[in-house]
Amino acid sequence: MIARSLPLLITLGWRNLWRHSKRTLVILFAITLGVWFMIISAGMMIGIIEQQLQDTIMNLTGHAQIHRPMFRDDPAIEHSMPPPSDALRKILNSDDVKQWSMRVRQPAVVMSERESRGVTLVGIDPAREKGLSFIGKPVVEGRGLESVDDSGIIIGRRMAEKLQTEVGKRIVIMSQDKDNEVADRGFRIVGLFQAELEATETAYVFTGLKTTQKLLGMGDDISEISLMTASREGLDPLVQRLRQAAPRLEAKSWKELEPLVVTAMALYENFMIFWYLIIFIAMAFGLTNTLLMAVFERTRELGLFQALGMRPRFIVGQVLIESFILLAIGVVIGNLAGVFTTNVIFADGIDLSAFSRGMEQFTMASTMYFTLRAKDILTINLLVIILGLVASLYPAVKAARFVPVEAITRT
Amino acid sequence: MSTVTLKKVCKVFGEGELAVHALRDVDLDIRAGDFVCLSGPSGSGKTTLLNMVGGLDRPTSGEISIADKRVDLMDKGELAEMRLRDIGFVFQAYNLIPVLTALENVEFVMQLQGIAPEQRHRQSREILEEVGLSGLEDRKPAELSGGQQQRVAVARALVSEPALILADEPTANLDSTTAENLMALLRHLNDDHKITFLVSTHDKLVMSHARRLLVLRDGKITDDIQQR
Repeated sequence: MIARSLPLLITLGWRNLWRHSKRTLVILFAITLGVWFMIISAGMMIGIIEQQLQDTIMNLTGHAQIHRPMFRDDPAIEHSMPPPSDALRKILNSDDVKQWSMRVRQPAVVMSERESRGVTLVGIDPAREKGLSFIGKPVVEGRGLESVDDSGIIIGRRMAEKLQTEVGKRIVIMSQDKDNEVADRGFRIVGLFQAELEATETAYVFTGLKTTQKLLGMGDDISEISLMTASREGLDPLVQRLRQAAPRLEAKSWKELEPLVVTAMALYENFMIFWYLIIFIAMAFGLTNTLLMAVFERTRELGLFQALGMRPRFIVGQVLIESFILLAIGVVIGNLAGVFTTNVIFADGIDLSAFSRGMEQFTMASTMYFTLRAKDILTINLLVIILGLVASLYPAVKAARFVPVEAITRT
Repeated sequence: MSTVTLKKVCKVFGEGELAVHALRDVDLDIRAGDFVCLSGPSGSGKTTLLNMVGGLDRPTSGEISIADKRVDLMDKGELAEMRLRDIGFVFQAYNLIPVLTALENVEFVMQLQGIAPEQRHRQSREILEEVGLSGLEDRKPAELSGGQQQRVAVARALVSEPALILADEPTANLDSTTAENLMALLRHLNDDHKITFLVSTHDKLVMSHARRLLVLRDGKITDDIQQR
């Protein structure tokens, strides 16, 4: 019987909404505004998380890494590893891996004629870093490294400022070789790189892989293998296969390599639900109030419904349908406005370069991009509609509890 | 078989010294197909009696049965079901649903009954034609005169062919011509459809159309007159 009466309840709900069109439009605006704000908040927060994650992954982490077990605790030269075995290479060259590369990492001191600073010297295969890390991108000044034998060095733009040096000048790298002897060598600066975070620009200097191996007397040994997969979703099974192929090495996904980022992501996600609830509560008061006003204004009519034989649950249903129509319209317009705002108005992100120093404190880049995920939009929509209906239950039950004889005589 | 039976029905509003006895030990039998008019001064208990019979209010004591079903023992859902299936109401103040058209108002009860749209439309149009409102089906209540609105209310009460129609001062807000037409219509429906009517009124015109006239005074039936 409910299904057959549904068209009547929908008709009543829809027409009742427009009896006081201004009031309906005001609450509709509030719902739309709430949904819009939830969507752009989600887009902004997920955008920040995604960007931080992307920066972390591109900051020489990759989707996964392989090292000697002790290397992460003590990245010293004695914890270096041999080049990958055939079994490991087979997996690394499979379709599941988009890009991979070997690197040498070694703590070092860089000296110009004026300053000296502690850095991490990274020996890379420049051709393999494209799409794997930020150093695969073109340099902002000078040239990039050309091969594993390249004897030039690339330093960060900010590091060049700190060392008071520039492209074309020489710097000295001093470190410890395989025999625990001091290994030093002069390098000509061939290029300056730029990273999202200034801290990255002062943390690393890059030269050719073989040049570094030669400087440190490592032979063919390397510090790590970093890899990028085709999709983050298929990462865990791949890491499992890597572990099986190299049981004496340590294969770890970015989640294990960067637990702080994972914790921050979980924190953000939970905070978002809390944030949605705060916005929703403000909205729910308006919704409940509007429906209560509507119910009290229509006391006599609701009494009539009961007198004519409408069961109390139908009256609850009628008020809830009225609320659902309001919520559904608000959600649809809010979604459209939210998607338009994030994907059209701010498609190129928001330029925060004026606050770049402050942003860096929060490890945030100078351009903030919005990222909308279907699951966040779905969560917002379900939350607004389900909690909206829950908030409407009070006026709906109130309407069903009117005593017909009292309601019908109310003026 | 009596359509409506009341045994020792009392209704008291309020408590203690403020208690008002609206009905006092009312006994009544109304046979199927009768046209009964309840008259009496204001406050005599006419509307209270109608509300008790219609299940809109509950008696303080006593029994009320419609077609041998105890109304006073029904729960809210059963009362709603009874009002939906067995009783038609015509109220003094028309009580139409303002957001629905005349046709939709008439269809309202049938929609709640779950009757298919085609049958609903056909029966509603027929009954609106019968009450002289053909051509006004798509008008909202605000676009109809008082008499027309009351006729829509009558059509709504009649359309699902209930066994009993309860009408509370149906002519109170109508001019004499409209009231005469409405009463002629109700009497015609009583004659043709054998629907039982219980009508409360002050109006002598309404009383003149009744087969049986009950006079209420201070919550008691003081006269019970068979007219014709």
